[in-house]
Amino acid sequence: MYGKGLRALSLATFAALTATFALVFFYAPLDADQGFIQKIFYVHVPVSIVTLCAYVVGAAFAALHLKTRDRKWDLRSYVVIHIALIFNIVGLLTGSIWAKASWGHWWVWDEPTLVSFLIVFLLFATYQPLRFSIEDPERQSRYASVFAIMAGAFVPLNFAAVRAASPFVHPRVFATSEGGLPGSMAFVFVCAIVAIGLLFALLVAYEIAAKQTRWKLRALRRRALGGEAVAPLGRSAAPSLGAPERPSAGTPPRAPRNPAEAAS
Amino acid sequence: MIPALLAAAPALPLGEAGKYVAGAFCAFVAIVVIYVAIMAVRLQRMNRELDELSATLREREQAERAETTR
Repeated sequence: MYGKGLRALSLATFAALTATFALVFFYAPLDADQGFIQKIFYVHVPVSIVTLCAYVVGAAFAALHLKTRDRKWDLRSYVVIHIALIFNIVGLLTGSIWAKASWGHWWVWDEPTLVSFLIVFLLFATYQPLRFSIEDPERQSRYASVFAIMAGAFVPLNFAAVRAASPFVHPRVFATSEGGLPGSMAFVFVCAIVAIGLLFALLVAYEIAAKQTRWKLRALRRRALGGEAVAPLGRSAAPSLGAPERPSAGTPPRAPRNPAEAAS
Repeated sequence: MIPALLAAAPALPLGEAGKYVAGAFCAFVAIVVIYVAIMAVRLQRMNRELDELSATLREREQAERAETTR
């Protein structure tokens, strides 16, 4: 059964997000320095933290794929990075909105935290085109795993380097020399991280369930209708889950891609 | 119930900052909703394929049954 526990996870996510938003607006005190604009941090910071953690998790799954050669780890790595990219866009958008409200500019190029986050996004944005450019599923998954590990290792290094070298223009949310957040704000932040982490896990679970169901359906169609009745798979960035599809007797042979292939 | 909740809730300082905060939260919700909509479209496509498959199998079973009775 695909998507086991999705209902419970969906309900937990909905409850956690609703409670967190209520806490953000009706419980968390207003920041003395920034005022109401600081409420953006309850979305922007947890989304960014979850995104960066997800990239590292994607790298760990990719390492497991290389170690075990089990396709399920490649699928998990792919889906985690895919959803993390979406969260990365949310992080960039909400950060940009906060920057406009606080600094008067949508984007500031000499702010290391912003630019490093954009670099991480652009780095992982190449993951899908890389997969798409490799036709052979086996090679695709191997090369993508190597890329995911290297890019995932870059994330904490990048974070630490920016943190060490930054002139501290970007606000530090959790730890400051003055003693950090007051208790009520810290509580709401933790709730927001949990809620957005749950949302991330839910979207990953949905995506994995959808992909597995689609492959199962495709395999059933091939079994029931015959290989030639089902349209051949086009090139895809998504990992293939089923057994390699051999052309059936009725399927015309593929045209050669280049003269060398035609000669062989 | 909603008016009562709103009356009990503390007033939010929705001044100049309000539109930015609303924008940030709306961006977050909008992207999640767009993603869910894409998932719904994919689910509909799978449902359609499943219906086609069921219909084909039903036709095949009926044809086989007709042949055995003949």
